[in-house]
Amino acid sequence: MDSALAFIPLFPLLGFLVNAFFGRRLPQAVSGGLASAAMVASFAVSAMAVWQLSGLPIESRAIEQKVYTWIASGDLAIDLTFRVDPLSAVMILVITGIGSLIHIYSTSYMHDESGCEFARYFSYLNLFASFMLVLVLGASFPVMFVGWEGVGLCSYLLIGFWFKKKSAADAGKKAFVVNRIGDYAFILGMLALFAQFGTLDFQQLATRIAGMPVETGVFGLLSVAALLLFIGATGKSAQIPLYVWLPDAMEGPTPVSALIHAATMVTAGVYMIGRNAVLFSHAPETLTIVAVVGALTALMAGTIGLVQNDIKRVLAYSTVSQLGLMFLAMGVGAFGAGIFHLYTHAFFKALLFLGSGAVIHALHGEQDIRNMGGLKRELPITYWTFLIGSLAIAGVPLLSGFFSKDEILYETFHQGHVLLWVMGALTSLLTATYMFRLVFLTFHGERTPHAVPSHSAHAAPSHPAPSHAAAHPAPSHSAPSHSGSHLHDAPPAMAFALIVLAIGSVLAGYVGVPHALGGHNQLAAWLAPSFQAIGASAGEVAEGAVAAEESAAALELTLMLVSSLIAVAGISIAATIWLKRRAIAEAMARNYPGLHRLLLNKYYVDEVYNAAIVQPIRIGSEEALWRRFDVNVVDGAVNGAGAIVASWAGMMRRLQTGSVRSYAGSMFVGVVVILGYYLWK
Amino acid sequence: MPILTLSWTVPLIGALLLLLVGNADGRRDNLVRWIALGVSLLTGVVTLILWAAFDGASADFQFVERHEWIPAFGIEYFVGVDGISLLLVVLTGFLTPIALLSSWGSVKKKVKEFSIFILALEAAMVGVFISLDLFLFYMFWDAMLIPMYFLIGIWGYDRRVYAAIKFMLYTMAGSVLMLVAILGLAYLHNVSTGSYSFDIEKLSTLEIGPQTQMWFFLAFTLAFAIKVPLFPFHTWLPDAHVQAPTAGSVILAGVLLKMGTYGLLRFSFPLFPIAATYFAPALALLAVIGIVYGALVAMVQPDMKKLVAYSSVSHLGFVVLGICAMNAQGVQGAVYQMLAHGVSTGGLFLIVGMLSDRRHTRLISAFGGLKAPMPRLTAAFLIITLASIGLPGLNGFVGEFLIMVGAFRWYPQMVVVAGLGVILSAVYMLWMFQRVFFGDVVHEENAGLADLQPREWAAVLPLLAAALVMGIFPTLFLRPTEASVNRLVQRVQVSQTLRAGNVDVP
Repeated sequence: MDSALAFIPLFPLLGFLVNAFFGRRLPQAVSGGLASAAMVASFAVSAMAVWQLSGLPIESRAIEQKVYTWIASGDLAIDLTFRVDPLSAVMILVITGIGSLIHIYSTSYMHDESGCEFARYFSYLNLFASFMLVLVLGASFPVMFVGWEGVGLCSYLLIGFWFKKKSAADAGKKAFVVNRIGDYAFILGMLALFAQFGTLDFQQLATRIAGMPVETGVFGLLSVAALLLFIGATGKSAQIPLYVWLPDAMEGPTPVSALIHAATMVTAGVYMIGRNAVLFSHAPETLTIVAVVGALTALMAGTIGLVQNDIKRVLAYSTVSQLGLMFLAMGVGAFGAGIFHLYTHAFFKALLFLGSGAVIHALHGEQDIRNMGGLKRELPITYWTFLIGSLAIAGVPLLSGFFSKDEILYETFHQGHVLLWVMGALTSLLTATYMFRLVFLTFHGERTPHAVPSHSAHAAPSHPAPSHAAAHPAPSHSAPSHSGSHLHDAPPAMAFALIVLAIGSVLAGYVGVPHALGGHNQLAAWLAPSFQAIGASAGEVAEGAVAAEESAAALELTLMLVSSLIAVAGISIAATIWLKRRAIAEAMARNYPGLHRLLLNKYYVDEVYNAAIVQPIRIGSEEALWRRFDVNVVDGAVNGAGAIVASWAGMMRRLQTGSVRSYAGSMFVGVVVILGYYLWK
Repeated sequence: MPILTLSWTVPLIGALLLLLVGNADGRRDNLVRWIALGVSLLTGVVTLILWAAFDGASADFQFVERHEWIPAFGIEYFVGVDGISLLLVVLTGFLTPIALLSSWGSVKKKVKEFSIFILALEAAMVGVFISLDLFLFYMFWDAMLIPMYFLIGIWGYDRRVYAAIKFMLYTMAGSVLMLVAILGLAYLHNVSTGSYSFDIEKLSTLEIGPQTQMWFFLAFTLAFAIKVPLFPFHTWLPDAHVQAPTAGSVILAGVLLKMGTYGLLRFSFPLFPIAATYFAPALALLAVIGIVYGALVAMVQPDMKKLVAYSSVSHLGFVVLGICAMNAQGVQGAVYQMLAHGVSTGGLFLIVGMLSDRRHTRLISAFGGLKAPMPRLTAAFLIITLASIGLPGLNGFVGEFLIMVGAFRWYPQMVVVAGLGVILSAVYMLWMFQRVFFGDVVHEENAGLADLQPREWAAVLPLLAAALVMGIFPTLFLRPTEASVNRLVQRVQVSQTLRAGNVDVP
């Protein structure tokens, strides 16, 4: 078993290689089936590894496999080592489990792509899964960084999958570059840790850091390193100030949004903090920053999500917002709660994205919710599963999102961060509201196919979503086609994924039922060893669990009631406005035009970045550095010197006899003069 | 067997052989091409034998050959390789056949002369890397200029003469001072021991006062800084690259630029350690400025070749930074980055050359949407692009990372600025990639462009393979350099600490 860990990322890597080299010659069923099979195989190995892990005693719960020494120089040795511990166990199950479902879903969703494009899609998707698994299995920072950069690359390739569309290519590049800004800080964080501790292995780092004083009230090396790593996380996990790439990333195929931009890759930053819990616990000042940034992002993204009209963009902002809640949890030191939410979120957000994909699929590429409505009857599977996902994310009691979100809010309040709790609670209210706005506008009411001109329906041959029009010429691609015709609900492969994820969205939370409700919060107990240095005794781990048990159950129950009410309130607001009296929404938009425009334009953050950073750098580089400095100053000097030499040469021409012997003679004289100088000196 | 002598005489003899081939009317062009390719491949095999026979555990010079040449001045034919030069010789042997392949179809006039110059250039480049006698070194160093001058001046693009002369003047300006310093060193040796010598092993044991070291260091380093090219001595590079034929660019970027950084490692630092330590922060500052500056200017270039040329300024800045750090990771990273840059930038110029052959322009705006007509070339270019921007798993990452690790221990502030190169390289490379390959085909002529041809595959595949192997198994390339780098680092540090105690460093 020890030697089997490498198979977890290896299976999808093999799938990538096969599809990359032979995919164009394979029929769709083979290339899609192979990619999905690779994921399922990886899931099976992961499950075996986790099962084996659970049999180990709690204080030594880790399985390791060293593959080979990757880089060695001086005292730096980087081994390609994989390690499964309770935290990475949760991650690999989520990645391979949900990844498998999304692969299966994709075989149907991408059906209309040509054979070679189809294979290209699955090769990228497999490659992504492989890198994501390396990211969470890596036992040291550099190996994690391999996965970290690798998933960024796949994200770039998949966002820009429909490369002929400029907006898609732009979005891919934006994602990569914004992530690189984070990576820059991430690398510096790594370097600082290595310079200080001489190792980059997570376990060794944790052990060494555990022996250092907690940097309370000071911003020492640990705080700086942690902050740099967190900046890296804001890139990957779309937090302020680097979240701007994620909404644009929706240019990619919808299953990609579900897998990469909701369930897995974007949670890498949260995972990274969990992985380095000991470091972050020793840097309370940085943790505060993490919590504040998380809460602000959650709230801000929630407000934007409220007014967006593109079904995928609403979900994208919702993802940013939920990630913010996870960072809030990490920031208040509730690492278990953050990972819990990461895990439940993977289910319901993947479900919601896949559901939106089913809607877009049925409507031949339509993404504007103003042109939808009344789909409940025609797309029952999509509707019911989407509803379950919405209930789960809204935090309705007894569904998965309720337990995880509640734990975050409770921990925030319990740690004394009342203001942050208020922000979290408001986010919850917004979540319930925008999600049910989406549900009501999409599935309830009457169909309004042409309420606004749709961008996507006219989007040229390189269509933004697969359309049946390409396969069946009868229902043409143009807008009128889907107004009266019968719509097709999700085909079997897609329905399968939706239903499994819906079940998951209901049940996933039951591994973390809090003690206040009579549960045992198994997940928190399972994860606890991962947040300690390996030296920490089992007693300490157990102590932490007991302390949690004795925490004020009454407070927890009260807060739970409050957040249940918030969820209900949010849904009611949405029902009142978008189910019953849509005039209210219009009136509000009319009465507060400035606010409405501000939200609709996402606080103009993209525009500000462009004007304050991108353009100055571009223009400065072109005008000042290149045309002025390089061409005029440096080259001007060189050419000037050249001209002077040339004019001297004109005068000197008389000295030029063209005879080699006299040149040799003058060279000799020159050498003698130089040597003479040294003789005299 | 005098294998080192073989490594530079094989291409030279090949060049001389080509002279004998009568090809006035160009009817034997193909024969000439095949002979040149065969000779360069043979040279490649010789360099691979060197690598295979090299003992990585030893820090000493290996395969040493030593013969008296001009005894009156102590000038010797003295060659040998250690871990630092070994892989650069291998790189030369690896890139020259690729350069010849790249010009197979694009060089149509004076094929014989072209091939002769390329082989002569290879001989001189190998000679530079293996010379352990400063006089011999200087001979090869200047000998490199001549074929390169003609390659740019005859087979270049429209402004080739200006570029060739600029290249020549810039480099000459540096090497003249270096020549003076070389003669001066031999003279100093005479003063202290009573005999002239150009042997760098003997010269490195000379006691040279700090003040004198400064002058010598500056004279050598200026020549190398121009070659690197270190900011602000870089303006010859964009012109030379843009005007040079593809083969010239591949060799220029792949090998010739490394002469500068190699010179720093072989001569400037070990011969003048006190001065080197004194000037290292200033040198590193220029390097760091170059990293950011080169990247920013690369970003706004409309011409693909110019963009890649400026990106070299940025990448080579990392190498100089690593050298200045003078610790194991910094210097090993620098040597590794020299090889990695040779592979990836060689690859970039190669593929840009293929596009230029097809369309007779290198302007980014003349392309767009090429992924549809040429998916394979796009994939190859993407891999090289990713290698160039330092994606882990490919060759670019290892060197940059090691250099940053080393430099961070020495001068963290430098790394904070240098690291910006990580962001900017992604910006300029991906932006170019997107404008050339993504989107719709906007220019009619591009719709029918042919994808990679078999001969082009033959040139590209070795580079792709090298990029992957270097990224996945970097220890293959790090291990041979380890002992030599450690010795160099120790030597610089020891002489620094020995002398810092009793001599005032200005």
